[in-house]
Amino acid sequence: MLAFLIRRISQSVMVLLVMSVLVFVGVFYIGNPIDILIAPDATPAEYARAVKELGLDKPMLDQYWIFLKDAVHGDLGNSFVYNEPALKLILQRMPATMELAVTAMLMAVFIGIPLGMLAGIKHDTMLGRSIMRFSILGFSLPTFWVGLMFIILFSVQLGWLPSGGRGTTVELLGVPVSFLTWDGIQHLILPAMNLALFKTSLAIRLSRAGVQENLQMDYVKFAKAKGLSNTRIIGLHVMKNIMIPVITVLGMEFGGLIAFAVVTETIFSWPGMGKLVIDSIGVLDRPVIVAYLLITVTMFIIINLLVDIIYSILDPRVRLGDHN
Amino acid sequence: MRKKLLLTLAIVACFAIGATVAQAKTLTLGLKGEPTSLDPHFHNVSANNMQALYIFDKLIRQDNRQKLQPGLAVSWTPVSDKIWEFKLRKGVKFHDGSPFTAEDVKFTLERIPNVPNSPSSFTGFVSTIKNIDIVDANTIRFTTEQPSPLLPRQLAAFTIISKKNAEGASTADFNSGKAAIGTGPYSLVKWDRGDKITYKRNDAYWGEKLPWDEIVVRPITNDGTRVAALKSGDVDLINFVPPADVKHLEKDSKIHLSESPSTRLIYLHLDSDRDDSPTVTGNNGEKIKNPLKDPRVRKAISKAINRKAIAARIMDGLAVPASQMVPDGYEGTSTRLMPEAYDPKGAKKLLAKAGYPDGFKIIIHGPNDRYVNDSDIAQAVAQMLTKIGIKTEVSTMPKSVYFGRASKLEFSLMLLGWATDTGEQSNCLASLLHTYDAEKGFGSANRGRYSNELLDSTLEEALVTVDNDKHNNLIIKATEIGIGETGIVPIHYQVNVWGMKKGLDYNGRTDGYTIPREIVSGK
Repeated sequence: MLAFLIRRISQSVMVLLVMSVLVFVGVFYIGNPIDILIAPDATPAEYARAVKELGLDKPMLDQYWIFLKDAVHGDLGNSFVYNEPALKLILQRMPATMELAVTAMLMAVFIGIPLGMLAGIKHDTMLGRSIMRFSILGFSLPTFWVGLMFIILFSVQLGWLPSGGRGTTVELLGVPVSFLTWDGIQHLILPAMNLALFKTSLAIRLSRAGVQENLQMDYVKFAKAKGLSNTRIIGLHVMKNIMIPVITVLGMEFGGLIAFAVVTETIFSWPGMGKLVIDSIGVLDRPVIVAYLLITVTMFIIINLLVDIIYSILDPRVRLGDHN
Repeated sequence: MRKKLLLTLAIVACFAIGATVAQAKTLTLGLKGEPTSLDPHFHNVSANNMQALYIFDKLIRQDNRQKLQPGLAVSWTPVSDKIWEFKLRKGVKFHDGSPFTAEDVKFTLERIPNVPNSPSSFTGFVSTIKNIDIVDANTIRFTTEQPSPLLPRQLAAFTIISKKNAEGASTADFNSGKAAIGTGPYSLVKWDRGDKITYKRNDAYWGEKLPWDEIVVRPITNDGTRVAALKSGDVDLINFVPPADVKHLEKDSKIHLSESPSTRLIYLHLDSDRDDSPTVTGNNGEKIKNPLKDPRVRKAISKAINRKAIAARIMDGLAVPASQMVPDGYEGTSTRLMPEAYDPKGAKKLLAKAGYPDGFKIIIHGPNDRYVNDSDIAQAVAQMLTKIGIKTEVSTMPKSVYFGRASKLEFSLMLLGWATDTGEQSNCLASLLHTYDAEKGFGSANRGRYSNELLDSTLEEALVTVDNDKHNNLIIKATEIGIGETGIVPIHYQVNVWGMKKGLDYNGRTDGYTIPREIVSGK
């Protein structure tokens, strides 16, 4: 276990290092942020001053070396655009994204799994087929289009829900959250639904396949023969068996959910990290882009590690990192 | 029993009405851009400069046609060629109650060149000032190196901060609100980054009556979402209504639109100085001497462009064909210049005269995420040029890549935009048409490297001529030279549209700003 952890962490550090080099070099070669940030009538002297002040006059290797030295001390640099620490800017925005992603994930689990099971049990009925059609739609419709349709339907036509923004927030343990006020919840519903759509469809498919597979199994036949009620067989025994793959996949997908939030956040002007990074890419604000990707990759690494560990606990046949 | 019930109802009704009257009046704005900072001198970019006007005031205001109007200064006069005297408004107080004096002006001007890590500073606006002398609390004199007719224009570019509250303050202190204490119509309550900025009315404001107790600014960058926010009633007013949405919003009985021409010029820059131009080739792909050096070829390109068609079809009518660099009626604009008429036959003749009867090949480069319909305009221009024999390919790219490459002179023919913040023409002449001169700071955006000695000397003379009429005449002369030789090809000025709830009105501004104190409440 310990050897596994050490190996895994050193691999992760390598991944982070390689990623930072790729992003750094990539953004460096796209262009100079000053070309976009500076007033167009600025004199060459003013241009040179701005370039020097942001340290962009140094060779790329020097810039990377400075970045690396600071990064080791936990400083990912100041944003060129906001003149505040990139890490701080991202952490400020993180609660909004996490709240959105968690809400979307809960929606996917609590709507997707029951619907999927229902579709599995009643697979040759009208209901089962409708659920599957819905999941195909959920898979194939582009997120940004669905988001706009939600706004047109629920905000503009029906006037039920606000079209964007985060609404009133209250502090929970020092972190601003929306879900504790009615206004905040109203603002949360549409973007969360938008973000949840794809994962809900995924959960439907996974649990439907799981139910169908399990219903053929001997233990189900045995339980039936024993005279157990259908509710008990499905609600307890089948449920338990389909949960392992569903939770594993959804757990891994959680990282993707945070990354996918970019589109939803832009459409609903949700003040999360995704919107910040999109704006930053537009103006080549390298410190923010690099910091965002480092944080996202770290998050992916941690989630994967946790999934691996939990899996080995759930299933004793799996041994961590034991290939021999 | 019945009476009692009625009485109760009446009392309840009274409370209900009382409650609505007492409720704070809030105006919610949905704006396209979010400022990068609330430090008014950190980043010279329009989203920041506009937000600064909520909290702070300028010495000299620009009205909605960018004419100069008294602000914190009530008058400004040249005492001699190199000295300007400004009389300051008396009795003005900052949000914390401290009085506004000449000390604050001096402090602001001295801070401007020293804002750390500024990606685009205001230093250029104050660099001509050699000495600042405080005569008394309400009088201040600026001594300049050279006679400086543009000084009032330059001092109308930025806002004044409080010495008491901002001494030693960092950009972060402004963002948190600690140092963001101005004399302006609203004071900052809170900035929730990415979500909203909340302001409350400054009851001691020296200027206009302000109908709203509270202003909430929500940054909504996505055009579709911004329009939806207005239609659903989440916001009261939006800026930059996309041209494609104007028609259906006009039919909406709950929405009122207003439009205003802007100083945003869309133009072509042509590589007019080098013999060897990167994307020009002969008809068979062979290398040729750069034809764009010949003013006749440039004129032919200008004549080939159907400006009315671009304005009507591509811009849905939300553009005004341009004859020069700032719209008619601005200071220093020539009344003799007209938008070049669409004349493909004349263009072909000019090409033949210049020695290109069969034209040549070229690539037009442009951004695809910077100006309204930018890549469509580039497409249209390419088709129009191909019609007169200049076979034109189109290449567009994101602004993050485009501007850097354009400044490195990698293009031959490029689509660009220019907005004149100072509201007069010398700014464009100096940046776009004056010969490139890094030392003197001229021609910084002259990506075609057009050069004409007479234009240079005329402009340089104008910039040190304090007499207003003489100054303007020189500017007009320089403009006519540059446009006469087609140093740039002006296409059109964008028209901006604001959308708002019925009952509100906004005249719109040529600089595109949305300023709450100019929004009229019908009720």
